[in-house]
Amino acid sequence: MINTELIRKDFPVLTNNPKLAYLDNSATSLKPTCVINKITEYYEQYGVNVHRGVYGLSYKASEEYESTREVVARFINASTEEVVFTRGATDSLNMIATMLKSKIASGDEIVTTELEHHSSVMPWQVIAKENNAILKYVPLNQNGRITIENFEKTLTSKTKIVAITYMSNVMGYITPIKEIIKLAHQVGAIVVVDAAQAAPHMKIDVKDIDADFLAFSAHKMLGPTGLGILYGKYQYLQATNPIALGGDMNDGVELYDATYKDAPHRFEAGTPAIAEVIAFKEAINYLNNIGMENIAKHEHELSKYVIDKVKQIPNIKLYNETVETGIISFNIENVHPHDAASIFDECNVALRAGHHCAQLITSWLGCNGTLRASFYFYNDYKDADQFIDALQKAVTFFKEWE
Amino acid sequence: MNSVNNLYRQVIVEHYKNPRNKGLKEDSKYHSLRLKNPSCGDDVTIQVLVEDGLVKEVRHQGTGCSICCASASVMTEIIKGKTISEAEKTINAFYALIKGETPSDEDELDEAIAFAGVAQFPARVKCATLSWKALGALLVGEDGEREVHE
Repeated sequence: MINTELIRKDFPVLTNNPKLAYLDNSATSLKPTCVINKITEYYEQYGVNVHRGVYGLSYKASEEYESTREVVARFINASTEEVVFTRGATDSLNMIATMLKSKIASGDEIVTTELEHHSSVMPWQVIAKENNAILKYVPLNQNGRITIENFEKTLTSKTKIVAITYMSNVMGYITPIKEIIKLAHQVGAIVVVDAAQAAPHMKIDVKDIDADFLAFSAHKMLGPTGLGILYGKYQYLQATNPIALGGDMNDGVELYDATYKDAPHRFEAGTPAIAEVIAFKEAINYLNNIGMENIAKHEHELSKYVIDKVKQIPNIKLYNETVETGIISFNIENVHPHDAASIFDECNVALRAGHHCAQLITSWLGCNGTLRASFYFYNDYKDADQFIDALQKAVTFFKEWE
Repeated sequence: MNSVNNLYRQVIVEHYKNPRNKGLKEDSKYHSLRLKNPSCGDDVTIQVLVEDGLVKEVRHQGTGCSICCASASVMTEIIKGKTISEAEKTINAFYALIKGETPSDEDELDEAIAFAGVAQFPARVKCATLSWKALGALLVGEDGEREVHE
């Protein structure tokens, strides 16, 4: 297990709220002091625009900005020209859908799953309608997992796009992504991976899994809000026209025509989220120091510990008992998740109640929402016990209503 | 657990388990408005019968948490028989109560006073007020259905 005692001192929200058990990490993570300080450093030391000024400070800002691209590229084993800064994973996934729209003809198939976050499926719903294409869902197995077998059955020679999550934000399951991408490539489909939930919690290697596109957000992995990453294979990015036009993304503008910069810069029009980008490398360095394998192991240890205890409490509906990550989705029988959430709130346990922007899977589960506790590497057994204690209180409390 | 006990007062639990005036009437004299909060899934339809400036009947139908459902049930009972302006006054008194303010006239809120504890749970204010918002909109002539975002 990770030494959380030392680590927790790096997170001001934890030290400022000593009673808090923060178990809403799938929604967003807390930020360490090094990230917060880096934002201040930019604004206080060299807070000017990037890629524009022919003066020292602008050079310094640009250097700090571009060095994050290198850190991100190394983090996912990509090249720097394959890393685009966006406004978040949602923005990345929407941009990717726009980039690929023209590749989809009438009668073509787009394959996705009911485990998707809304941002991984909604852009394809619109494109399927506009291009007269067919949106198909991989049937989930009885546990709610995407299996290679079911994926293979859904895939046909007409499949042009596969839009799929790497890790479900409700069930916490890891998709067998490498095998799925291999199968998709055999029929010539392009695979778009939503890694918003995976990137903060496990090692990602885009070359190893051979992803064509991949998206994630900085804020779920210690970084600032308002920043996301769009990874795309260079051959695809370079062959795609820019989406937003304007400052910094062009090579030259004449009266009736303009030329564009090469990828990734052609996709970063206007002044970007400079401070956020610069501070994001501190977040990744922090994660690298702990080690992604250690993080994954730590979170799974905590969820196993909690699941063993939850199974001993009566009247709990646990939706993902076999989970291999730090996400636990459940309900108290006959209790609306928002009613239960107020008991957790009273016990200083922050968790999520509702459909988690993934209504397809809550519908699949046959409920109108779940309670979700999601762990990160700074959570400890004390947080886990505080959660169990609150859950027991909630069960007892609502039992009296019967 | 004091705040929670204060939130889920006996009256609320009772109305949640045994809702009053539940189910909509198939009668063109009634006007109804459905409000949905997509962020939490609360979905309430309120139906009113107004005659001669009097709210003759209020009915409700929908799904949601206990605070949302009980609030609709309590509301239908205390609004029934009021004039439109009295009903609007009561709605405003309820909003004040939920915000943690002392309502000018506690008597007119009757059983709805049980929702005072919601003020300590800001995240639940939208649950408690959804059906009251529907009623308020109905009284100024709106009907149909729409989503509420907050």
